[in-house]
Amino acid sequence: MNCQAPFLRGQDPTQITRRWFFRDCAVGLGGIALASLLQQEGRAEDASGAPDGDPLAPKKPHFPAKAKRVVYLFMAGAPSHLELFDYKPQLAKFDGTLPPPELLQGYRAAFINPNSKLLGPKFKFAKYGKCGAELSELLPGLAGVADDIAIVKSMVTDAFNHAPAQILMNTGSTQFGRPSFGSWTTYGLGSESRDLPGFVVLNSGKKGPSGGNSNFGSGFLPTVYNGVPFRGSGEPVLYLSNPRGVDDGVQRDTLDAVKALNQKRLDVVGDPEIATRINSFEMAYRMQASAPDLVDLAKEPQSVLDMYGAEPGKPSFANNCLLARRLLERGVRFVQLFHEAWDQHGNLTNDLKKNCHDTDRASSALVKDLKQRGLLEDTIVLWGGEFGRTPMVQGGGNDGRDHHPNAFTYWMAGGGIKPGLTLGQSDEFGFNTVEDRVHVHDLHATLLHLLGFDHTRLTFRFQGRDFRLTDVHGKVVEKLLA
Amino acid sequence: MPPRYNLCAGVVLVLTCASLASANDKPRVDFEREILPLLKDRCYQCHDGRKHPSGLRLDLKASALRGGDSGKPAVVPNDSGKSELIRRVTSTDKADFMPPTGEHLSVAQFKLLRDWIDGGAEWPDALAGDELGRRHWAFRPPVLPPIPPVKDAKWLRTDLDRFVLSRLDKEGLAPSPEADRTTLIRRLGLDLIGLPPTPEEVDAYVNDKSPDAYEKVVDRLLASPHYGERWGRQWLDAARYADSDGYEKDKPRFVWSYRDWVVNALNRDLPYDRFLVEQLAGDLLLNATQDQIVATGYLRNSMINEEGGVDPEQFRMDAMFDRMDAVGKGVLGLTIQCAQCHDHKFDPLTQKEYYQIFAFLNNDFEANVTVYTADEQKRRADVLRQVHEVEDGLRQHTPDWRQRMDAWADKAKAGQPEWVVLRPLVDEESTGGQKYLPLADGSFLAQGYAPTKHTAKMKVKTDVKGATAFRLELLNDANLPRGGPGRSIQGTAALTEFAVDAEVGGKVQRLKFAKATADYNPPETPLDAIYDDKSGKKRVIGPASFAIDGKDETAWATDGDPGRRNQPRQIVFTLDKPLADGAVLTFHITQNHGGWNSDDNQNHNLGRMRLALTTTPGAEADLVPTNVRRILPTPRDKWTPEHEALVFSYWRTTVGDWADANKHIEELWKAHPEGATQLVLAQQDQPRDTHLLKRGDFLKPGKHVEPGVPAFLNPLPAGAPLNRLTFAKWATDRQAPTTARAAVNRVWQAYFGVGLVATSEDLGMQSEEPSHPELLDWLAVEFMDRGWSMKNLHRLIVTSATYRQASKASPELIARDPYNRLLAHGPRFRVEAEEVRDVALSASGLLNPKLGGPSIHPPLPEFLFQPPVSYGPKAWPVDKGPEGYRRSLYIFRYRSVPHPLLQTFDAPNGDFACVRRGRSDTPLQALMTLNDPIFLDCARALALRTLTAGGKTDDDRLVYAFRRCEARKPAADELAMLRTVLAKEVRRFTEPGAKPWELAADDPSKPPKLPEGATPAQAAAWTVVSRVLLNLDETITKE
Repeated sequence: MNCQAPFLRGQDPTQITRRWFFRDCAVGLGGIALASLLQQEGRAEDASGAPDGDPLAPKKPHFPAKAKRVVYLFMAGAPSHLELFDYKPQLAKFDGTLPPPELLQGYRAAFINPNSKLLGPKFKFAKYGKCGAELSELLPGLAGVADDIAIVKSMVTDAFNHAPAQILMNTGSTQFGRPSFGSWTTYGLGSESRDLPGFVVLNSGKKGPSGGNSNFGSGFLPTVYNGVPFRGSGEPVLYLSNPRGVDDGVQRDTLDAVKALNQKRLDVVGDPEIATRINSFEMAYRMQASAPDLVDLAKEPQSVLDMYGAEPGKPSFANNCLLARRLLERGVRFVQLFHEAWDQHGNLTNDLKKNCHDTDRASSALVKDLKQRGLLEDTIVLWGGEFGRTPMVQGGGNDGRDHHPNAFTYWMAGGGIKPGLTLGQSDEFGFNTVEDRVHVHDLHATLLHLLGFDHTRLTFRFQGRDFRLTDVHGKVVEKLLA
Repeated sequence: MPPRYNLCAGVVLVLTCASLASANDKPRVDFEREILPLLKDRCYQCHDGRKHPSGLRLDLKASALRGGDSGKPAVVPNDSGKSELIRRVTSTDKADFMPPTGEHLSVAQFKLLRDWIDGGAEWPDALAGDELGRRHWAFRPPVLPPIPPVKDAKWLRTDLDRFVLSRLDKEGLAPSPEADRTTLIRRLGLDLIGLPPTPEEVDAYVNDKSPDAYEKVVDRLLASPHYGERWGRQWLDAARYADSDGYEKDKPRFVWSYRDWVVNALNRDLPYDRFLVEQLAGDLLLNATQDQIVATGYLRNSMINEEGGVDPEQFRMDAMFDRMDAVGKGVLGLTIQCAQCHDHKFDPLTQKEYYQIFAFLNNDFEANVTVYTADEQKRRADVLRQVHEVEDGLRQHTPDWRQRMDAWADKAKAGQPEWVVLRPLVDEESTGGQKYLPLADGSFLAQGYAPTKHTAKMKVKTDVKGATAFRLELLNDANLPRGGPGRSIQGTAALTEFAVDAEVGGKVQRLKFAKATADYNPPETPLDAIYDDKSGKKRVIGPASFAIDGKDETAWATDGDPGRRNQPRQIVFTLDKPLADGAVLTFHITQNHGGWNSDDNQNHNLGRMRLALTTTPGAEADLVPTNVRRILPTPRDKWTPEHEALVFSYWRTTVGDWADANKHIEELWKAHPEGATQLVLAQQDQPRDTHLLKRGDFLKPGKHVEPGVPAFLNPLPAGAPLNRLTFAKWATDRQAPTTARAAVNRVWQAYFGVGLVATSEDLGMQSEEPSHPELLDWLAVEFMDRGWSMKNLHRLIVTSATYRQASKASPELIARDPYNRLLAHGPRFRVEAEEVRDVALSASGLLNPKLGGPSIHPPLPEFLFQPPVSYGPKAWPVDKGPEGYRRSLYIFRYRSVPHPLLQTFDAPNGDFACVRRGRSDTPLQALMTLNDPIFLDCARALALRTLTAGGKTDDDRLVYAFRRCEARKPAADELAMLRTVLAKEVRRFTEPGAKPWELAADDPSKPPKLPEGATPAQAAAWTVVSRVLLNLDETITKE
């Protein structure tokens, strides 16, 4: 959200501003990088060779990390843990009866009277893989990678309305204005791509996320850490294409002239910010060259397209999953997919069938694909929404569930997460967690740990205080670590 | 374990030693030399200002003597036995033992502590700690500092410069020479009005030989209406201004009246203290004007969450927290929001004090009022005047009108049915997510999510026997749009269908109505386009009968002409036969006349409603309006002239002889202006009960608190009423230590890139040390002394030698002072987001300088406003042509879908108050200025303008175009570079197959007319050159 100048966060300014790098290194980067564009495929050198001061230069975390990058499949609207992951025979048994009153003490619901009848699970469950993970019949794809993922059935959050809960899940606070998880990650690790943003966002589903851009905003971190929305069709990044009438020759002439005149001004006034601007223009040009190729899914073999269920030119969650892999391969640090489709106050049965049809194959294909390319071991794949759904029914049709923050499920894979693990338990109705409770802050602490950070030390000074993703909370969930 | 035993052994030893000392001569221990280091070393890790678990701070004498939350004093002078500190360091209980980690205290250390306490615990006041922050510079009111001496007075222009130069003297640095006139006038233009000068303005200034040439430019710019636009935007950041609600629905809101108020207030140089008072409490001023009420929109710029399933009170509280944050950062320059959940960790602000300030702001309706522009106000006054003229005519021509009216009034008083208010239970699942908040008078206020279609079910058992009719009243409420009674954006409502089921003895029966009557029956009218549900059906509003006709397309509605629309209405449903006794009633209140998009302002719901029943046979709606009915019981001789006029205005409509005059008046009302809406504050009759909220959670109220202010700041004026106006006056008191400092610091920041205190949102104890503390205080005092005049403050700064320095800096100087805190050269940095666009528009001549009014929607890709990018489909009615070329200040700001250019160039989106923007430089910015169509529009316009007006030769034209962007003339080598580009591009576009108009024309099929002799290839080549110029660093940089 761009509030606060990017200095004064309790560090020597020369350590953080780009201008120092360019003062010392002159202006050559643009040209050099342009020349090596084809060989490099957008990957910058390893962190040790990176220049100081560039806010997106690769940086080393606090300690050696298991994970180097993240792909977060954010299932906005909040999927029902009771139909997908957390099988509750007792809920089936007590279907149609009122919940025990003690369960509802102090409980607030968004829409329903909390004292509504229990609703049994709508789908069958079975155990899959060597690990015997219990999954719904709606998730055959995920069943196929059951031994590669960890399932956390004891997630807990603080909010039960979409916008605040999504903001909490993505920024660690229900109040707007904090940096998102992706922003913290790129702030901490920089990016390994020279011609793509470090943090890319992709949207699919019925709607956009409830919290809007703040879900992937940089909050009080410098704007360079904002998530950049990409599109799977048309122009991948807003204003990436040359405007009408400008062909590549004109564009290059324009950039050459801009560069030469800016260089001239730099010589006269000596402001190193001009060097930064020159570099920005060159990076923009490189992005223009590489992004269209990146989003061209037709370049993928048919077998890969089939694996994901992707169809080039037809925007979908599947396309976005495949795009995510291509982004990660090119050194993008954090890719976040928003798929808003999971708010089943009604039409639970049919909507879940459709949603799983739209997402299960692609999500699991992403895990498989990353694994076969050797990327899974240092990539975190994270799947989940902002809260769970009530064990109680919503609506007269016996086919809906309300918002529920007390227990829900996430799955994750790769990047140092223990594969084949099922962690935590909710109670017999899936209402409260009863074992290995994992709060949003704990999840964040754990993921940052895997990325090599002590979550209490990845901080940014703002308004006289060191802020962090986990605020004053969060504990690393050791059991999740491989 | 072993350490504790050792220590206990030590205690015995100490006791022995102590007993050996003379009883009268207690051992003297030096606090500063012996105790303080020990506390620092072993206790402050937890018990200092940063963290104080259990509330105990050992860095504060008062806290140590008082004790923490337990209330047990840590130190009881002369009595170590009663001192908790001693008990803890000797405790054998592991949970109690201190320090909890690390080595135990040594015997010698223990002895020191004990002897110090028993010796009277001498703790010099100078080391008593700064509990109220009295030693912190920003918490003392600023006083005029002495003007410092300088080594060389030649450079000076104003006293301001002495503060800067004396610091430079100390650093062994010299200031820079004055910038040239061209640079100065461009700098002034960008700083004072946010626009670069035209070449003509540059020439006029450069050639002006008068000694006050510079001051004349300053005066001209300060008098420009664009001054308010430029500096208004600065304040709008702090006021977290945006044009939408935020959160999920993020619906458009209409608050541009507030934006215009800010701009106008600055343009008329409303003194800053007054500027704040009106925004905090303009509504409470004597005879508050519309403008002063609009000003309170400042506090209402908070986000509103109307997603389904919210508890509206939860988000009202979140809005309150947001207001506190905004007042803290914007007005006080303090991070008071830290104390929402606990005492401030750094500043001496307690959580209780936070909620005392909160209590000042917590007593208002979240009001939404109708406001009129100056022109509309005139038209409105005309309507009212003409209506009165007709009414006066009636009175004049009817000498006995008073007797006739009285007779009518006596009759109208009698014979009203008695209504019993029903208090039904709302079936929460029937309301489509809307909340029906029950109020004390039995009415329900619609809140939260506003579905465009729903049927609310309400159930009640009545003991009244023989009911004959039901009444549904629609009431005004300050929380509703335009005061209601409906919830639509106009405050109107439509009742699609009203049905009642009666359950008697287990049998449910749908009741039948003989008729429906209402006090207002609009003629059958097609539903307004904003309620289009895309069903293709012909939907209408009309008279009362439409509510019981069983048709989903028809509705009874309250909509009338804009001048009389927002008043209470009622509709009565008369049963065909009396209701059976003991019935359980279920009301079905269908409100299906909203539009297709519930994520937009398309609901048409009842706003505040109340149900009642009567046993009076044949009861019908009371045709006498509520405000007239209310007067009738008052004895005739107690009526005020206003009462009489109100009664007359209804009574005349009942007089058959006056049909023509009544018709005339009805016609007159049609000319009443629509007006706009504005979110404002409106004080409730009864203040809310404010509590401290434990951990800031609105569900965990703690003790009740009264309005009050923090002890470390200036006191409240004695005897003043504890209301918002008093708070506003307190915040703008001359003794308020941070208000003026925060203001001048933000202004300084805008000029020099960094404030004198870099942390402009926080002047508290964690703030960065001011670079020039005396200058900050001097400016703050001068600012107040000069009547809190912003324009005077600007004049003070821009006429200084400090401001007028050249911005060129040597590498050595940049290395030594990268952020130019010492001010050894002039400022040079990128202009703000809005100006990036405004500069391009201005340089190209496209800028439309129109001031004020509704926000604009310049062209943007449609997908940004559609799912799955946006949560819901958002309206973006594109303003093409000149309207789209207005200043960026006027661009409509959706919080959840920020304008891409503004966001990329670091404009905040209004989610919360921002007093310090970032200033980034990214490739995405380059993509914007290169490829965003508006920059190409500008390049084409600049090309055409240059070809037309830029002179005869290419060089003339290059100089002309260059000057429109940079003000200065290009250097010879720059000119040569541009010449080369031009020549190359002319060649390119002259080649066979080249399509110059594709680049050079907005619409290649309708190319613009070129000046004589100019070719399309030239137009294209000049477009390339213009695009180069618009993309230069210098173009978007203040030098």
